[in-house]
Amino acid sequence: MKPFLKTALAATLIALSSAFSASAEQIKVGFSPEAYPPFYSQDSSGNWGGWEVDIANAICGEAKLDCVLTPIPWDGLIPALKTKKIDAIMNSMSITDERKKEIDFSDKYYNTPTAVIGAKDQKFDATPEGLKDKTMGVQVSTVHAAYAKKHFTEAAEIKEYQTQDEANQDLAAGRIDATQADSIALDAFLKSDEGKACCDLKGYVAPDLEVLGPGVGAGVRQGDTELKNKINAAIKAIRANGKYAEITKKYFDFDIFGDESQSN
Amino acid sequence: MELLSFEPPNGRGLSLLHGLANSVGIAFGSFGVGLVIGIGGAYGKLYGGPVVRDLLEVYTTVVRAVPELVLILLLYFAGTDLINQLLTALGHAAIDINGVVAGIGVLGVVQGAYSTEVLRGAILGIPQGQIEAGRAYGMPPGLLLRRITLPAMLPFAIPGLANLWLIATKDTALLAIVGVNELTQTTRTAAGATKAYFTFFMAAGALYLVLTLVSNVVIGRIERWARRGMPSIAGAH
Amino acid sequence: MAAEIPVIHAAARASLWMQPHRIALILVALAIVVASIFLMRWDWLPTYLPLALQGIWRTIWLLVVTSALGIAIAIPLGLAQVIGPPILSVPAKVFCTVIRGTPLLLQLWLLYFGLGSLFPQFPWIRESFLWPILRQAWPYAVLSLTISYAGYEGEVMRGAFAGVPRGQLEAARAFGMSRWKMFRRIWLPQAIHRALPTLAGETVLQLKATPLVATITMVDIYAVASRVRQDLFITYEPLLLLALVYMAITGILVFGFRRLEARIPNRLG
Repeated sequence: MKPFLKTALAATLIALSSAFSASAEQIKVGFSPEAYPPFYSQDSSGNWGGWEVDIANAICGEAKLDCVLTPIPWDGLIPALKTKKIDAIMNSMSITDERKKEIDFSDKYYNTPTAVIGAKDQKFDATPEGLKDKTMGVQVSTVHAAYAKKHFTEAAEIKEYQTQDEANQDLAAGRIDATQADSIALDAFLKSDEGKACCDLKGYVAPDLEVLGPGVGAGVRQGDTELKNKINAAIKAIRANGKYAEITKKYFDFDIFGDESQSN
Repeated sequence: MELLSFEPPNGRGLSLLHGLANSVGIAFGSFGVGLVIGIGGAYGKLYGGPVVRDLLEVYTTVVRAVPELVLILLLYFAGTDLINQLLTALGHAAIDINGVVAGIGVLGVVQGAYSTEVLRGAILGIPQGQIEAGRAYGMPPGLLLRRITLPAMLPFAIPGLANLWLIATKDTALLAIVGVNELTQTTRTAAGATKAYFTFFMAAGALYLVLTLVSNVVIGRIERWARRGMPSIAGAH
Repeated sequence: MAAEIPVIHAAARASLWMQPHRIALILVALAIVVASIFLMRWDWLPTYLPLALQGIWRTIWLLVVTSALGIAIAIPLGLAQVIGPPILSVPAKVFCTVIRGTPLLLQLWLLYFGLGSLFPQFPWIRESFLWPILRQAWPYAVLSLTISYAGYEGEVMRGAFAGVPRGQLEAARAFGMSRWKMFRRIWLPQAIHRALPTLAGETVLQLKATPLVATITMVDIYAVASRVRQDLFITYEPLLLLALVYMAITGILVFGFRRLEARIPNRLG
């Protein structure tokens, strides 16, 4: 019985590893096809670029992975990862306990504060009192939506958008009074012609590590430790060899990695 | 207007046309898949056993009662999920089903339900003596389908099928919700990037309209061709 | 005897319907339902129930309001195409062609985001008394669904008006009815009666179009299901329940229209 069991086990392992090796060479990195400058933006011929695209390429290059950027709508990313449509998510997805129940995360690769911006002609700040009777837009299934629902839902009316871009658009149109999102993404909007005309920074929200998480990491399937370790090693490597700083310099005048000690 | 030109860096005309090409491809594919399902479904409903008939009834009823958007989400996630689970169970590596192919499959299943009804009606519209005559000649079922049933039902089926084709071209827009890179989705990203929402949605609308109008002309031609040798339209009813 | 016939008839029909294979199929279906109750995750139902009921209410409200408004616009649209002078019939024809030739999702986004992107250029819009309404999502949803329904129904009504036998109208004129009276008493009721079967189908299609409004931040039943999906990262359970809800509403619609259809000929005598 025993030798048979051994060969059977070996055969299964070979079959499994061959099945895995086919997908390990090429990994599909999911992102939602929407403008999220300066992390993701699309040029006129339809190619995607931006800080996160560059970082994703750097991480994949470092880890010797053949990464293919695969567009999946934002709210379908986690289901797509779980059903193996994609192998990783690199889409400014914050590491949270809620999400960790479903998927695993690599270490963070950036962490920036959360801001609230609003219409110029209104004076308020990013607190429940300040947002009283205001209408606030957030992108669905983001940490910002979760934060807004937890802290602002009694004060303000929360509207959920498919993309942050559409929330910004409605803020400019005056349909909502405020929107909450990553400070860098909002800063990019405030610097655009449209943002300059309509809106300004209202402040940063009070910290809530439980909801906002320690930063943005790459999402991987639960149990896919091999890929997770590769990505973690690659993040460390590009931090150490200056590649990270080089890419970041192209987009920002400061390091967006956040607190060095804090990691997943 | 400059935004719609074909020259990069500002013109996004090419990316819209690429989206249109994808939309037309998906519409073609799903219409074809729907037609195949429809022929099978119509045969099953007319000549199948009681179980087949009931299952087909459930299929057409469900598809016609549930919004396409919900079906698309369900089939898009469940369909690819099931196929990959099946493949891994059989020892194959999970395959990648790209958005266009998934879109064709999903819309094809939706179209199939409507096609089934259209074709069933069309087969019933054929003077049944023709089919009986074919059978009396000892034609095998495949030949009977190819030589008699399909050509004879075509004139009855074309108005319904034409309508389904127009629905197929417009339903491709729904795939924007699952991120398939078709015309509505490319328009949405282009509009988001340039903030010229009005311009781009109008342009996409014009493209869809052209597609519909061209389709109408082609459908008219096909209809005349299918009716060749038949009495005038009034007689066909 | 006469009283017994329908009883036999009903019993025969029931036995025809309840064939052995059907019972087997129903058992299989029941097994699937029971299995999905136990194997899938439904613990979220009580928490989201109030939101879901509100969503269903919004969906039905949207369906009823837009269908009613759509019909109200479709009648003149159809009439204009049948008897209108070119100055009326051509725009009506163009309207129907454009609406039927482009996807509703695109029309909705054009109205919501397209118009929205124009607001900053016209500051006076924000000062107008309509602004509290214009800044919300539902007016665009109602407008876009109404226009769409009117476009499709305009075409149906054109056929229905044209299909009423001329003799009926000539008879009405011979009775000395005024044009308005003839329209109200003879032409319109008969046209609507002719259009009813198609109307039932189109209304089901309209119901199936309502979830699109979730993409412009309106919280209908589809949006509630999306929220469950996003909050809990489950894919199938909310979607399956959603499909069931739409099937139930469709069932009610179809039943209602059948009742309506059955009543009308009796009234006409």
